[in-house]
Amino acid sequence: MKNIKFMYSKIILLSGLLFVINVGCEREISDEAEFATFSKTGEIFTDAPIGLGTDFYFPFEGSKPTAWTVDESEGYESDASMRFDVPNANDPEGNYAGAIFRVDGSGRNLTEFDALTFWAKASQGVSIGQMGFGTDFGEDKYQVSAPNISLSTNWVKYVIPIPDPSKLFEERGVFWYSTGTLTTGGLGYTFWIDELKYEKLGTIAQPQPAIFNGEENVPEKNFNGSTIDLADRGLTQTFNLASGLNLTVNVAPSYFTFKSSNPRVASVREFGLVDLISEGNATITATLDGVLAKGSMEITSTRGIQSAPIPTRAANNVISIFSDQYTDVPIDFFNAGWEGSTTQTTTIGSDEDAFMSYTQNNYVGIGFENPTIDASAMEYLHLDIYTDDVISGNFEIQIRDRGANGTIDSDFNGFPTEDDKDVRFLITNLPSGEWTQVDIPLTGNLASQKNNLALIVFVGGVPNFVLDNIYFYNEN
Amino acid sequence: MNKTMKYKLRKKTLLCKSFLLVSIFIFSSCSTDETQTVANFTELVMQDEFDTDGELDRSIWGYDIGTGENGWGNNELQYYTDRPENVTVQNGVLIISAKEESYEGSNYTSAKILTKGKFEQTYGRFEARIRLPYGQGMWPAFWLLGNDCQSNIWPKCGEIDIMENRGQEPTKISGSLHGPGYSAGDAITKEYTLENDRFDNGFHVFGIEWGPKYINYYVDDVLYNQITPSDVSGNRWPFNHPFYIIINLAVGGSFVGAPDSETNFPQTMLVDYVRVYKNNRLN
Repeated sequence: MKNIKFMYSKIILLSGLLFVINVGCEREISDEAEFATFSKTGEIFTDAPIGLGTDFYFPFEGSKPTAWTVDESEGYESDASMRFDVPNANDPEGNYAGAIFRVDGSGRNLTEFDALTFWAKASQGVSIGQMGFGTDFGEDKYQVSAPNISLSTNWVKYVIPIPDPSKLFEERGVFWYSTGTLTTGGLGYTFWIDELKYEKLGTIAQPQPAIFNGEENVPEKNFNGSTIDLADRGLTQTFNLASGLNLTVNVAPSYFTFKSSNPRVASVREFGLVDLISEGNATITATLDGVLAKGSMEITSTRGIQSAPIPTRAANNVISIFSDQYTDVPIDFFNAGWEGSTTQTTTIGSDEDAFMSYTQNNYVGIGFENPTIDASAMEYLHLDIYTDDVISGNFEIQIRDRGANGTIDSDFNGFPTEDDKDVRFLITNLPSGEWTQVDIPLTGNLASQKNNLALIVFVGGVPNFVLDNIYFYNEN
Repeated sequence: MNKTMKYKLRKKTLLCKSFLLVSIFIFSSCSTDETQTVANFTELVMQDEFDTDGELDRSIWGYDIGTGENGWGNNELQYYTDRPENVTVQNGVLIISAKEESYEGSNYTSAKILTKGKFEQTYGRFEARIRLPYGQGMWPAFWLLGNDCQSNIWPKCGEIDIMENRGQEPTKISGSLHGPGYSAGDAITKEYTLENDRFDNGFHVFGIEWGPKYINYYVDDVLYNQITPSDVSGNRWPFNHPFYIIINLAVGGSFVGAPDSETNFPQTMLVDYVRVYKNNRLN
């Protein structure tokens, strides 16, 4: 992560003073206040950043860190605005632009506002991937994302409603954005934002919260002992704006109050995590700020899973990715979270006997690039798969070497390009209700290049499966 | 979470307190000055507070039923009924509900109530406190029609629209006057926009004060328009005979367009009261 320092000492001094005065007044007004009073300033950027402190701009990993500047020749009815230069897709410094604006210090009290508003325009008509607030690179507890905001070449005012302002009594993540060139054929563009601030519009009305995209009784089957993460499961809040148009934003689970119809089977805790604690059925529903959300989930918690066969190979012949028997190498992720992937991943079982459970899989990747795995001395990838589903079509496993250039390079169909190589292995038979041991030879394109293994991909076959004992080995 | 609770700056607090007092004083003196007098007539002659649950008071209200001709002349899409599903009094409020349902060949039902033949008056102050529905295709209205429209064909008989709203414009209403030479698209009309609020968020008072040579339009405590005979460009001014009251919630029609996939049904128009005052400055 790169931090960009921004020096506006006058501004900081001014907002510091304002803060002190404000705090003093507030305390006198409300004798019952139990919390410290955080800044109620709504402005984020007017002609300069307001009250954000020194160190507040944090780019997303892989994005171009210099995408944001203050432009002193453009502005909405002013001489300055925030300028975002979205790089070309082949920019070596980063192929997209994205960052959070996080208050350097205590968060803001935004409870008296109902929306984040700003004026914006772009160098061409373009749709900005995501903009929002509530991302702080900490818990991201109250993250809100407004997808695909369409900018024109004229200044237009945009509104991102706050799903439930009472939650934002100390929010540091006051703005974030992330956008690339998917819709512009890889060509960069520029957009400007001005008058970025929280406001009490009074015209944000008619809330229509939804979970699971408003779908009722979404079936979810998982093993007793697993945890279901409700984030990214179609959690939205829709408001009707002054324009008469509805606007839907994606919201973090912490805005919702979830309810389980059977807490002895499925129990919901903070951050929308549902623990399956015994066998049975339960329905999950939710409210947001007292309004019942559309949508629900029907959980079936099935019996706990038996242990996979215990590996017996000598540790010095093994490079382990996931097992209780060997020491695992560093893994970046067990679910790449690729766009279009529906896969949910949870660890189940106990500390001594853990499994990796995948549900609703279409495609998912396990990544290890820090460092990559040098499997030059290895001959096979082993893994144990368990499923209760009946296989339909092929279950494909891809093992990718990213080559010496340091990046994973793929075409639009996921095939390796540049100096990448992979091997693809098809499983056509996967019995239900038992463990299947799979050994994949590191042959074909990998025979001569397996010193920078970076990724294992699972595609199709069965939507729900459990993995254990994932490791490379040789027979010596 | 940082929980800092101690009061640190005693002196500062005192200072702020005095600031606070000053600012409150200034504020209240401003608001007193700015409060408009929007109505002068105070002699109440008819009121329905909708305090009795169930059916409407039939001594005051009647119903229009059906689809009229060409959707009541506006290509409206609803079928008006007098069923409690569409019109009822509950908890001190008149509820007119627009529903999406197949009924007598229409795809929507709603209600239209009127005081025709029961309460009609020339001049005075007509006011109602209403919370509007919202959404594309909703067309709520509170209006008056000349009681001679059967013989003196509209627009010659006159129409006073105290409040009309397009559901897709939740912060705006308009008040209009229709007469001979200035009707339908050529009516004399003015829009009023609520600042920092919207008409489906809560109740608002919509009213007119009507004298022989003027009609004043107001919303809450804001007088936003006055129309006089000099505004009708030499046309006749028919607003000098008895008019009756109409409250309805239309769905679709030329004024608003049809509902779309984002219009939520049912939609409700809530009326807290209707009050009519006599023009007590005539003698």
